[in-house]
Amino acid sequence: MDAVAEYFRELAEIAPRWNFIWMYDERQQGKILSGLWMTVQLSVACVAFSVVIGLVGAWMQGARSRIVRAIVQAYIQFFRNTPPFVQLLFFYFALGQFTPTHSPDGWLEVPIISNVGWAIISLSFFAGAFNVEIFRAGIEAVPESTQEAAESLGFTRLQIYLYVVLPLAFRVCLPSLNNNLVNLVKTTTQAFAIAVPELLYQSVSIWNDYPSAQYPTMLLLFVIYILLVAVLVFGMTKWEHAMRIPGYGR
Amino acid sequence: MTAEPGWTPDQPIVSVKGVRKSFGDNEVLKGVGFDVMKGEVICIIGPSGSGKSTLIRCINGLNEIDEGSIKVEGQEVHDPALDKLALRRKVGMVFQQYNLFPHKTALENVMMAPVLVLKQPKAEVEARARKLMAKVRLEGKEHQYPGELSGGQQQRVAIARSLAMNPDVMLFDEVTAALDPETVKEVLVTIKDLAAEGMTCLLVTHEMGFAREVADHIYFTDRGVIVEHGPPETFFTEARDPRTREFLSQIL
Ligand SMILES: Nc1ncnc2c1ncn2[C@@H]1O[C@H](COP(=O)(O)OP(=O)(O)OP(=O)(O)O)[C@@H](O)[C@H]1O
Ligand SMILES: [Mg+2]
Repeated sequence: MDAVAEYFRELAEIAPRWNFIWMYDERQQGKILSGLWMTVQLSVACVAFSVVIGLVGAWMQGARSRIVRAIVQAYIQFFRNTPPFVQLLFFYFALGQFTPTHSPDGWLEVPIISNVGWAIISLSFFAGAFNVEIFRAGIEAVPESTQEAAESLGFTRLQIYLYVVLPLAFRVCLPSLNNNLVNLVKTTTQAFAIAVPELLYQSVSIWNDYPSAQYPTMLLLFVIYILLVAVLVFGMTKWEHAMRIPGYGR
Repeated sequence: MTAEPGWTPDQPIVSVKGVRKSFGDNEVLKGVGFDVMKGEVICIIGPSGSGKSTLIRCINGLNEIDEGSIKVEGQEVHDPALDKLALRRKVGMVFQQYNLFPHKTALENVMMAPVLVLKQPKAEVEARARKLMAKVRLEGKEHQYPGELSGGQQQRVAIARSLAMNPDVMLFDEVTAALDPETVKEVLVTIKDLAAEGMTCLLVTHEMGFAREVADHIYFTDRGVIVEHGPPETFFTEARDPRTREFLSQIL
């Protein structure tokens, strides 16, 4: 371990543009690790919430009430047709002003929703809008007749949705869901703009302090995101295989 | 589920009166009426598009009616205040295309409704479901998925699935129409067993030999009305209406 650290320390001296500082400096290493951890947490939270938003939205789109359907449609249009970066800034700077504050230590007033909270909310709603449409497409692929069979057995509308429509729709829409979630993980870097200490934020702070570490840190960013996405895709593919039904489709 | 107060088993279990139904400008049912007594087997025959499926779907509320009345055990099916779930526990339905849940095994298909809808204990439902699988002669196929079963086998799972709800009336809509000739028989045998046990059955069918054998009464529909009806002994030989005669001459 020390030998490796020593190697990079020497490399930084011979090649000043290739300062892999986080290979030998523990403080910088800590920044990368905490940034990575924040990115993972952001990603997991946003994936989970955006999928829930997608499921609820797709369910509401099937509602009888025209008003409910119009609300969902407006939501989709807004989040799909405006830049996610602007959405994030809007949530944090505009809506953030109106959220109540509390004072845990009796001194400082801190808002109930932190910048991390706003990043999760904004990114989840952004990706959720796409998820609604993805689930909707999957739901439309489920034959009406299968749902009628459930209806004639006395299933309620919710039971039909949960036990018949969703499991079948899921299988249809996994590939496009996969794509959207990959995009979402990459989009978490935008939280940088509202000072969420995620991976990009920490990386930038490293190369601001040590310009010589800029190239290596950028390289590291690419490698880490490739690995993160690989983990996600691996998990999704496993899931897709596990959900495959003998004799159905394909 | 209890029947409407005042309904007794000596009254018709299904009573259809003056039913009219349109899809847009297309009037599909133009005043249809008949009664079915408990334990009876009714066959509905008629040319394609004459409204047979629509009629049968109205009986369990899958289609709404515009006029008239349909009562099951004395309860008006199209009463907006009616508990639809209660109706559907009394009326089982089997479709032409089986419509099994493709992501569930045969046994799970049979168990799903009693567990979810009737909230019966799983172990109890499973024991009953296995018996039903045996009854439709599908022992050993419990853990196959619908995609791994033949059409005839799928249709028998669909019948078992309906029976698991312990219905009082079974509706069959051309349940053998999608099957190849060899497998038609295995499904018909299953239905015949049911009829012999006293299940009230309404069948839409093109299987005239079967209708003649099991039906207590046959109704012939054409363009949204019942043209002619009678017990099988006389229906096939003494049909009076030219439309019935023509239909029978084509199909027999
Ligand atoms: N959901 C619907 N919307 C509009 N028209 C419909 C609908 N269902 C049925 N129809 C029309 O109603 C008429 C009767 O259809 P139905 O399916 O009841 O006939 P059928 O007697 O069962 O025919 P088949 O023997 O071909 O099954 C047809 O003209 C059909 O096009
Ligand atoms: Mg039909």
